[in-house]
Amino acid sequence: MVILEVSISLFLVIGALIALIGTIGLARLPDIYTRLHGPAKASTLGVGATLFGSFLYFTFFTEGVSMQEALITAFLFVTAPVSANMIAKAALHRGLKCVSNTKNKPWQ
Amino acid sequence: MQTTKRHPKKLLPHPRFSIFLLVLWLLMNESLAFAHVVLGLGLAWVIPFSSQQFWLEPSSLHHPTKILSYATRLAVDIARSNVAVAIRILRGAKGLQPAFIDYPLTIQHDFAITILASTISLTPGTVSAHISKDKKHLLFHVLHLEDEEQLRSDIFERYEQPLKEIFAC
Repeated sequence: MVILEVSISLFLVIGALIALIGTIGLARLPDIYTRLHGPAKASTLGVGATLFGSFLYFTFFTEGVSMQEALITAFLFVTAPVSANMIAKAALHRGLKCVSNTKNKPWQ
Repeated sequence: MQTTKRHPKKLLPHPRFSIFLLVLWLLMNESLAFAHVVLGLGLAWVIPFSSQQFWLEPSSLHHPTKILSYATRLAVDIARSNVAVAIRILRGAKGLQPAFIDYPLTIQHDFAITILASTISLTPGTVSAHISKDKKHLLFHVLHLEDEEQLRSDIFERYEQPLKEIFAC
C-alpha cells in the first residue's frame, strides 16, 4: 500500500511538473508557432500522468475499476491535435511573424 | 476546395458508432440506470444523425492488430519527446532552431492522413499546421530542428509506413 501511495504521488507530481514546464514554454518562447509546443506537452504527458495517478487511486482505494480516466485521456488525445492544428492554421493564414531564424518559412 | 456530395439523410447512418456512443455514455456515468440508458440511446441516435454530412468516406481497416502496436509506439514516443522538449524549454529560447517542414505524403486516404497529422501534433516538438489542397503535402512546424533528413525518415518509418499497412492504401 505504501508503494502504491508513493507511486500515485509520484505520478501526480510528475504530471504537475510537466504541466508547469509546458506553461513556462508558453510564456517564454518567442513566437506563436513555437509557443504551440508548450501546451502540447502539458496536455499529453502532463495530464496523462495526472490521470494515471487518479486511475490508480480510484481503482485501488475505492470500489470498482475507474474507467473515466482512460476515457478522458482518449478524448484529450483526439481533440488536442485538432485545436493545435487550427491555431497553427489560423496563424499561417494571418501571416503572423515567426522568429527570424526559422527555416523554410512557408510564405516566402 | 472539393465540394462534398450531399447524400440523402439516413435515419441511422452509423450503427456501430451509435453502439460505441451508448457504451461510452454508460461507462462515463458508471451506471446502468434506466434514465442513463434512455439518455444514452437518445445521444447515440442524435449525434451520428446530425453529424452525418461531415463524415469522411468509410475507411477499411486491414490489420486491426497493428493498431495496438502503433498506439504503443506512439505512447512511448510521446513520453520520450516530452522529456526532450521539456529540457529544451528549460534551457531557454536562445539555442532554438525552429523550422517549417513540407512533408510529401504518400498515403492518400483522408482518415489515414488525419491520423498522421494528429500523431505529428501529439508528439511534442512537431505541430502539423497545414495540408495542401491536393492532399499531397503536409506542412508542420518543428520546435528545434537538428537533422531534417533524419526527421523525415523517422516520420516515414515510424508513422506513415505503419499507417499505410493498417489502412492498406
